[in-house]
Amino acid sequence: MTGQDKLPPPTPTEARYIAVLRSPEFQDLRRRYRRWVIPVTIAALAWYVLYVLLAAYAPDFMGELLFGNINVGLVAGFLQFITTFAITSAYVRYADKTLDPRSAKIREEMEAEGLL
Amino acid sequence: MNTVLAAEQVGNTALNLAIFAGFVAITMIFVLRASRTNKSAADMYTAGAAFTGRQNGIAISGDYLSAASFLGIAGAIALTGYDGFLYSVGFLVAWVVALLLVAELLRNTGRFTMADVLAFRMRERPVRTAAATSTLVVSFFYLLAQMAGAGGLVALLMNITNRGGQSLVIAAVGALMIAYVLIGGMKGTTYVQIIKAILLIGGALVMTVWVLAKYGFNFSELLGAGAANGAALEPGVKYGVSDLAKLDFISLGLALVLGTAGLPHILMRFYTVPTAKEARKSVVWAIWLIGLFYLFTLVLGYGAAALVGPETITAAPGGANSAAPLLAYELGGTWLLGLISAIAFATILAVVAGLTITASASFAHDIYASVIHKGNAPAGSEVRVARISAIVVGIIAILGGIAANGQNIAFLVALAFAVAASANLPTILYSLFWKRFNTRGCLWSIYGGLTITVVLIFFSPAVSGAKTAMFPNQDWQWFPLANPGLVSIPASFLLGYLGTITSKEHLEYKAAEMEVRSLTGAGAEGKALEH
Repeated sequence: MTGQDKLPPPTPTEARYIAVLRSPEFQDLRRRYRRWVIPVTIAALAWYVLYVLLAAYAPDFMGELLFGNINVGLVAGFLQFITTFAITSAYVRYADKTLDPRSAKIREEMEAEGLL
Repeated sequence: MNTVLAAEQVGNTALNLAIFAGFVAITMIFVLRASRTNKSAADMYTAGAAFTGRQNGIAISGDYLSAASFLGIAGAIALTGYDGFLYSVGFLVAWVVALLLVAELLRNTGRFTMADVLAFRMRERPVRTAAATSTLVVSFFYLLAQMAGAGGLVALLMNITNRGGQSLVIAAVGALMIAYVLIGGMKGTTYVQIIKAILLIGGALVMTVWVLAKYGFNFSELLGAGAANGAALEPGVKYGVSDLAKLDFISLGLALVLGTAGLPHILMRFYTVPTAKEARKSVVWAIWLIGLFYLFTLVLGYGAAALVGPETITAAPGGANSAAPLLAYELGGTWLLGLISAIAFATILAVVAGLTITASASFAHDIYASVIHKGNAPAGSEVRVARISAIVVGIIAILGGIAANGQNIAFLVALAFAVAASANLPTILYSLFWKRFNTRGCLWSIYGGLTITVVLIFFSPAVSGAKTAMFPNQDWQWFPLANPGLVSIPASFLLGYLGTITSKEHLEYKAAEMEVRSLTGAGAEGKALEH
């Protein structure tokens, strides 16, 4: 395998994969996967970066006591834990309900054709 | 037993050793049983992909909760307060990337190593060489941190204060780890990690409840008591001292959150389960366990500050790393100390075993079988090479650990994360999510990210030119940050992009196959993937 401009025609297996890739079912699965994970990952990382920036540049705000000795920084840290746990649970539910049945259907169709 | 208590001698060495020997004996039974099915390369590397998601999830937390997490973070919280907690947050949030973007797709497209995924649709030999190189570098940094931690722990627990004695114990830890890997392969190592994770999380839970009980289960009161002893409640003690320190902290934060999904020994764990769904379950288990554990360390850190006090911790032979064991001694006396120390030892042992398997698999599978023999290595020779590499890696780890003895282990681990985030993560994400990504982009990103990271670390204040540096009396430092992530991670992403668009290579068919496989598990599920 080397870099090349023009590819030879695909083998039957490759052609099958290309056909699946272009099929509406797969495009739908791909859209549903990416539409969920990419924005959520970006949001989680942005929220984390915000937290880090606050810790670095707004220590007074983070040190503000809310109740007892619990301050904003501690609550913000706990919220990072909570959002991580929440994203985990939400993704599992989404994957079980939305992604798994679709990917299983495509896979089973491919296996039934015996082309793998 | 020496019962004349020198200021630094706590606990009973014989008891500590006996408990640790018990752990070794129990795990050895599992490892020996696992050895019966440790024959093929697939057994050695991934235990035949036969673990369940739950087993693997517990093992992942065992792999991830290293001595740096347990001893390092508890110590950092005890001495600096909130700034130590920042490590925990980064280490945990990082799992979102692993869960959503990496674990399942990786499971569906690879078989043994990180390079499998990259080699799928690129020129196999250069890409595997590059991936193996960065795998070995990350593993080396990480091993160094764990072995250095073993040295510090020994100093505290066995009252061995001379370097020669500590070096001997580091060598013994290394020898044990080599034995685990050689005898039990991935299956044996996984059992060791599962047992260790249960002990570690259980032990931390007991101590957490104990500490909280002392303060009437009033967390706020515990925080107050810790703060009275110098464990600050607000951020900034360590990282707020200057503008540079703040930048350094942001740099560290980036490396922590982006490094996890690029750690080769974590990635390899996703291959020990049969399907993508099990890989997902693994990560879910890991996230819950790791998250809970970091909440425990928060209590332990403030608890150590309140009950042990910073003077005692700093004066102890292990320094900050001894906060958790000292707290155990304060709470439950010699028995709890012995238990917690044995668990800490077990932690180091299990993590280094996992790292050794990863490094040796990468060498044997990627370099020996695929690059040197182009996939036609003589039957059985790959496993033999993997075993020999495990011994070599073990010896290097022992020597490195002896040299790094006394270094701050949380910091060394942070460096491993910086290399993983710079050299590995960009290529993994590009190859899973960008059709156009190709060999040149991959090579530029891996070698570029690796070189930039290592060079910047070498010229950073962490290595020379500062009182806390590895070589405090030398000065060749010119890069201002101790952690290079802020520069090296974006640079590596950029290099991957530039390399890709300046190369015409685009293996469209392979990219199509990879994408279909990555999302559906076609061709991978339940059976080995052919190359």
